[in-house]
Amino acid sequence: MPATASTAQGSASSPGIGAYADVTASEASLRRFLHGLPGVDQVGAEARAASLGTRSIKTTAKAHALELAITMVDLTTLEGQDTPGKVRALANKALRPDPADPTCPSVAAVCVYGDLVGSVKEVVGHQVNVAAVATAFPSGRASMEIKLADTRDAVAAGADEIDMVIDRGAFLAGHYLQVYDEIVAVKEACQRADGSHAHLKVIFETGELQTYDNVRRASWLAMLAGTDFIKTSTGKVQPAATLPVTLVMLEAVRDFREATGVQIGVKPAGGIRTAKDAIKYLVMVNEVAGPDWLTPDWFRFGASTLLNDLLMQRTKIATGRYSGPDYFTLD
Amino acid sequence: MNFEYAPAPESRAIVDIKPSYGLFIDGEFVDGHGHSFKTVNPATEETLAEIAEADDADVDRAVKAARKAFRGWSRMPGKERAKYLFRIARIIQERSRELAVLESIDNGKPIKESRDVDVPIVAAHFFYHAGWADKLEHAGLGANPQPHGVAGQVIPWNFPLLMLAWKIAPALACGNTVVLKPAETTPLTALLFAEICQQADLPPGVVNIVTGAGGTGQALVSHPDVDKVAFTGSTDVGKAIARAIAGTDKKATLELGGKAANILFDDAPIDQAVEGIVSGIFFNQGHVCCAGSRLLLQESVADEVMAKLKRRMGTLRIGDPLDKNTDIGAINSAEQLARIRALAEIGEDEGAERWSPPCELPSSGFWFPPTVFTGVSQAHRIAREEIFGPVLSVLTFRTPAEAVEKANNTPYGLSAGVWTEKGSRILFMADRLKAGVVWANTFNKFDPASPFGGYKESGYGREGGRQGLASYLKAGA
Repeated sequence: MPATASTAQGSASSPGIGAYADVTASEASLRRFLHGLPGVDQVGAEARAASLGTRSIKTTAKAHALELAITMVDLTTLEGQDTPGKVRALANKALRPDPADPTCPSVAAVCVYGDLVGSVKEVVGHQVNVAAVATAFPSGRASMEIKLADTRDAVAAGADEIDMVIDRGAFLAGHYLQVYDEIVAVKEACQRADGSHAHLKVIFETGELQTYDNVRRASWLAMLAGTDFIKTSTGKVQPAATLPVTLVMLEAVRDFREATGVQIGVKPAGGIRTAKDAIKYLVMVNEVAGPDWLTPDWFRFGASTLLNDLLMQRTKIATGRYSGPDYFTLD
Repeated sequence: MNFEYAPAPESRAIVDIKPSYGLFIDGEFVDGHGHSFKTVNPATEETLAEIAEADDADVDRAVKAARKAFRGWSRMPGKERAKYLFRIARIIQERSRELAVLESIDNGKPIKESRDVDVPIVAAHFFYHAGWADKLEHAGLGANPQPHGVAGQVIPWNFPLLMLAWKIAPALACGNTVVLKPAETTPLTALLFAEICQQADLPPGVVNIVTGAGGTGQALVSHPDVDKVAFTGSTDVGKAIARAIAGTDKKATLELGGKAANILFDDAPIDQAVEGIVSGIFFNQGHVCCAGSRLLLQESVADEVMAKLKRRMGTLRIGDPLDKNTDIGAINSAEQLARIRALAEIGEDEGAERWSPPCELPSSGFWFPPTVFTGVSQAHRIAREEIFGPVLSVLTFRTPAEAVEKANNTPYGLSAGVWTEKGSRILFMADRLKAGVVWANTFNKFDPASPFGGYKESGYGREGGRQGLASYLKAGA
């Protein structure tokens, strides 16, 4: 029997994000801080991700992982052709992913454009979260007023979670403080009348940031600005989520908690289509960030077709047989 | 929420271990005339097979068979020799799972390493040298370079099949014939390789495998009709071989011990460097002559790196070598385990601080937990002697010059690692480190095209690449 040694946890008395106030005091200090983070060696990061991908998850471990992965799915449709009817169908699937099996858990959330939040809400109520993309998704190219109005509309319509995009142009031009201020402002716009706030996820579009150094810097930037989650991609740019990009982000949230005591979630989105891939991500979460992240509160999959493969594999484990795709719903 | 990995054992049904094995001489398996010995599975201590021991007369027979075969093999056109080597390489690939499982059973290394590292590189060595066989006049050794004759080769137990490939592939490509002695504790993959030679229709006598312990090896290297000696193993045995062949016209290459410095600067990619430290010392249970067994940390980042390294060591999985999720397998023998334990105790007695992650070790077999010593100075024995186990000694430095000085302050000089994002510093260090291999921002990477070998007491001669061919050829007229 392989014995896994326990993982060291973060310190109990952490200084909190306040200790970093001087970092975000000026453009210059923020740049110095982000550029002072340790670099990421591309070859090494990709090799580490690949080696974690060779873990062999079988029998009971596989059953556990599939169940967990289903509860972590943000079931997503982000198309120009989305209609209230389409998103209602998706919402029903989110509640009962496998109509043949009432023991199958619901997914974490349904993710749609802001104007369709109400239609989803009618179906799911408070049983499944509704996530809305905002801030001129997917390009992020609009004025600040429009981005904030976009966010406030979605929150007012009942969105539990807001998935915002950063201004990649500003980031790549080195205007880090502008990106920071935007995230802070959107976080404020997530505030509801009763004082609670919609959960904020910040999308980097890592396929446009391109380098792992940029991914690490963007992660720290968003975490310092107070995001609840960091998310890889919109799904509209290739490559979307990859294992090495997610590795770098998991290292960032792990280090951030160590430094501040604040835990941040991670959401790879786009391109994760098979149960086998999803399990690789869970292994990586387990071994890089640690088991504390292995819940839907701290890790999500942004996906659409992934869910049916998870269901098919789950049924295979329960029955010993593969059933055809016609036994699972297309929504 | 805990995510326990269920056991994922690779099936051992694919290997067929016979109750006893003879010697492979002149193309067939024959009885040995020494005292036969047992090879055990180090993970369970179960006896795997009875192995013949070659005595002096058996070694003589093997050398004679090689001498007889040399005539035909050395005169065969290179492109014909290449066909045999390509065939062997392909059979190794076809039987890769069998070889990997057998290697893990006999050696104790995790299946993920035998499957993903050892066996693929073994095949690569045969493919690479097959390509050289008909191009030897372009090796830089003159127009018509000639083989030495019969090569007597003695290999260690840490990479049994890989070291066999490093020895046999270039020897055969250059037209030599060989008598090879695998290590006493790990003979099985060499004997399976003998079957592969039969399967490839290699002419009898071109490859001979004689099993046994030190006495057999001694008989082989000092046999008067052996023209070329190649040895990989400990520095002590290497010195004994050098003495034994002194005054003869035997050619020799020795690849011996190491105490490599893995040097981490404050501008390193820290997370990848931690991976490199882990693979540097815990790959193959640290049974690696070029292991990064001395970690030199720049003081300004030492605490941060140590915290990350300890957390990472906490995720290493120790146990059944055949489980696909095992990161650290069994120590190869009771003898080696005793040596690792003794040196670790000396480390503690000398005042270094010892740490291992909490981990359960199996109750039978030979096991040692991944271990790191901090507060180590150059004066400690664990900073100077090769432990050849999963034990890392951590030292600190302040400036690049000090790092160079400490790294080179060892009788060994096989390998070194440099971790920095600054390209110019990599060149600065590589220029000054007295080591045969310097890895930059990586560690323990091997390729048949890249020459490997040591400075100082780490040996002489190179294996692999164009330089490696020089060990098996005489310059032509």
